[in-house]
Amino acid sequence: MSEIVAGWPILSIVTFLPVAGAILILLSRMSARGENVGYDNGVKLLTLLVTIATFVASVFAFAAFDFNNPNYQLQESIPWAFGASYAMGVDTLAISLVMLTTFLTPICILASWVIEKQVSSYMVLFLILESLMIGVFCAQDIILFYIFFEGGLIPMFILIGVWGGDRRVYAAFKFFLYTLLGSLLMLVAIIYMIATAGTSNIPALTEYAQSTGFDQNVQIWLWLAFFASFAVKMPMWPVHTWLPDAHVEAPTAASVVLAAILLKMGGYGFLRFSLPMFPHASHYFQFFVFALSVIAIVWASLVAFRQVDMKKLIAYSSVAHMGFVTMGIFSGNEQGIQGAIFQMLSHGIISGALFLCVGVVYDRMHTREIAFYGGLVNRMPVYAAVFMLFTMGNVGLPGTSGFPGEILTMVGAFQISGWIAACAALGVIFSAAYALTLYRKVALGNIENPKLDKIADLDAREWVQFVPLIIATLVMGLAPTYVLDFTASSAQTIIAQFAGAGQ
Amino acid sequence: MNPLIDLSRDLALARPELLLVAFALAGAIIGAWFKDRSFTTLSTLGVVAILASGLLSVALNSGAAVEIFQGAMVVDGVAGFAKALIAISAAATLALGADYFTSTKEQRFEFPLLVALATLGMFVMVSAQDLISLYVGVELQSLAAYVLAAWRRDDARSSEAGLKYFVLSAISSGLLLFGSSFVYGFTGSIHFDAIAAAVGEGAGGIGLIFGLVLMLCALGFKMSAAPFHMWTPDVYEGAPTPITAFFAAAPKVAAVALMARLLYGPFVELTGQWQQVVAALAAISMVWGSVAALIQTNLKRLMAYSSIGNMGFALMALAAGTSKGPSSALIYLALYLPSTIGMFALILAMRRAGDSAETVSDLAGLARKRPWMATLFTMLLFSVAGIPPFAGFIGKLAVFTATIDGQVYWLAILGGVAAVVAAAYYLRLIASIWFAPPAEQLQSPSSTIMLTAVASAALSFPVLVLLLGALQSAAENAVRMSF
Repeated sequence: MSEIVAGWPILSIVTFLPVAGAILILLSRMSARGENVGYDNGVKLLTLLVTIATFVASVFAFAAFDFNNPNYQLQESIPWAFGASYAMGVDTLAISLVMLTTFLTPICILASWVIEKQVSSYMVLFLILESLMIGVFCAQDIILFYIFFEGGLIPMFILIGVWGGDRRVYAAFKFFLYTLLGSLLMLVAIIYMIATAGTSNIPALTEYAQSTGFDQNVQIWLWLAFFASFAVKMPMWPVHTWLPDAHVEAPTAASVVLAAILLKMGGYGFLRFSLPMFPHASHYFQFFVFALSVIAIVWASLVAFRQVDMKKLIAYSSVAHMGFVTMGIFSGNEQGIQGAIFQMLSHGIISGALFLCVGVVYDRMHTREIAFYGGLVNRMPVYAAVFMLFTMGNVGLPGTSGFPGEILTMVGAFQISGWIAACAALGVIFSAAYALTLYRKVALGNIENPKLDKIADLDAREWVQFVPLIIATLVMGLAPTYVLDFTASSAQTIIAQFAGAGQ
Repeated sequence: MNPLIDLSRDLALARPELLLVAFALAGAIIGAWFKDRSFTTLSTLGVVAILASGLLSVALNSGAAVEIFQGAMVVDGVAGFAKALIAISAAATLALGADYFTSTKEQRFEFPLLVALATLGMFVMVSAQDLISLYVGVELQSLAAYVLAAWRRDDARSSEAGLKYFVLSAISSGLLLFGSSFVYGFTGSIHFDAIAAAVGEGAGGIGLIFGLVLMLCALGFKMSAAPFHMWTPDVYEGAPTPITAFFAAAPKVAAVALMARLLYGPFVELTGQWQQVVAALAAISMVWGSVAALIQTNLKRLMAYSSIGNMGFALMALAAGTSKGPSSALIYLALYLPSTIGMFALILAMRRAGDSAETVSDLAGLARKRPWMATLFTMLLFSVAGIPPFAGFIGKLAVFTATIDGQVYWLAILGGVAAVVAAAYYLRLIASIWFAPPAEQLQSPSSTIMLTAVASAALSFPVLVLLLGALQSAAENAVRMSF
């Protein structure tokens, strides 16, 4: 298969295929005589096809990728202005996240079938968002990375603000401004780095940071500027407060994308920039990050327990799970980093699936209040089973993909500090408490609410939505080595970069 | 040297300015004869003349700085670059204005002539090579602008705008002259090269600094940098919208280019002295422009604060004190102009029953009513907010790069924070466009407006991606040649 794409700019194709689809929709809107149901369905179908095509293209890219080569591959480069260039390339970490993105987007489009207002604008924005997300992971130039990273705010802002819930405008503003503040500080740091190292190419910058190294005092500031951006994106306690609002108000598909992919950009940023480029500062701040991670794990789990809104509960559980990721990343050892990467991929699938589960009942009843539901297993047995599986994944039950990530990050952290790992383990217990309570209140028992008497089980579209996610969760849970072996080369490079120059 | 041969060479190099003079004088005669019936013809001719003069300025650029009229003016890279920007924005706003005044039946033939005269003043400003031509250029531009601000002489707000602009601007002109006299007194020359030489030999001292600071204050007033911005919101609000668009675009380029010439030309040896002043102007403008805009409900007042904030960013580049400073300021302006003009074009397009949009809530629900206009408006707003991948981001990138190159780190960080605050009020407009329920139906926009808006949006992103490299090298070459 790899011969087929030899010589093709395959990463650019994967990245910009969705934008091409968006342009197609815009052109069709120009010629369409007003928007009606038939036109809207056509647009939905076209979007679905484009996202599937993107997934297929990414599979080709994956096939062309040499698993044993730890370097950046499939590289493309065109010089641009300001010394920056349009440079693309992926290593195993990046391509895993690209695959996650292209895998989830068609599912999101399926989940968006219920959208009825301004369908063509919605689909255009979603396609643009997909391109920008893929671009973040493929960019090999730090300016290009920043453009994709920040550009993603635009479609997300409008998606939340137009198609969201009751407090959507507030949530959209909070999301945008929070993330922007962190990012602009990072931009200043990026420009400083380019001025110092004389290049904006990410591998070259890493090389510079490893050989010459940024001045240790300056590194602290640069690290903090990057941290401001990635910690907000992640999100880490105490800058996570935008997340519950954004998640709750966003339409289902946007929640899925937020939880599954946008949050991963924070972790990706730490792994790509903070550890390899500022190893000294990363060591310096190691316990600072550990402390924040543990607070996030314990505190967010406790907060999740008290939520009355299903989406908000899952949002807080995301904050807790991202705590494991940051803890793993800053352990800086093989278990920690491998676990963090695994946890990022697994959380992408499980949290995405949980938001879809909420979406299923929300589409039927138009409320996310936990107290409204109860006894769904009587009317929706299949749904209850699916929901059960992902709840267990969220808890980290062995056999689901939630388990290896949590255990590995804890093993990684244990090698640095037993106490940190012990506190994080508390979070695992709490997560079982809130997740199982949620499940009991929503699915088990008898139906008390007469409005639920007519609720229908999953339809065909929803089935199609869940099946790939179920398979992915089980495969990653039962055979984690496929993923771990694949990401090992990236992880080892990062570990060496973190350890080498830091001591 | 034969002064006559000299003069003919000088006149050849001054063709862009002469063209504008010729148009203004001939137009005055035509207008006196045919009265307001000649409005459309004169406006069209005006657009052509201004664009042609801009093209000529670029074409006359020989690759080296040439002084003309015994050193009163200079034809060089920065002048050529700035004149091209000025001409394009003046022509665009003239076209928008002609279109607007035709629809409001206010076709008075003086409009294109005044725009051309203001443009001429700006050309002289950016080519100024001594203190006299500097002052003459500034005044020519300002006098035309006062009349334009008071265009609706029966309208109280417009007359107030004109008067306020005139009185306050006259004070700043006084400051400019006062400062210039100090500079002349302490260096013994009005010519920039001679001043530079005198400064290099250590002439001046505190008196020279005093003169320079006074001149900077006056120029800060002309470009509406805080704390000399008080006139801006009132004048922007009172003047008819296309004239506000004119104020928001071309004169800013002229003022910034003139300031760059002054700081990096005659006073380059005093960088350590003026750097703090310019940095303070930049910081106050960025912060106040962003914060004060947050509470505005009137679109034109909001645009006024937006331009104050944007001038802050341009000044931030000048505060760098390295050669990247002026070139980044020019790049920033080149990218700021299309967004501004495009936004004003769209504000002009928001007309219902003859009234143009006045408040932010007039934009409500545009995305439902006119999705294309909403898309263009959104792109332009994200561009001025400095969000990638749009032009405004590239401009900010250039400015931040210059500031960090000049090691003024605190200003860069402050700029980052100000940009977030600024994004908040641009987002308010976007929120109104997309999130609010639709207001009344709008009239269809004219083709001039849509053409301007589409061109601006195209320049803010897709075209920019291809042309950015060329723009960057043009700006850098211009600066290298001039300073």
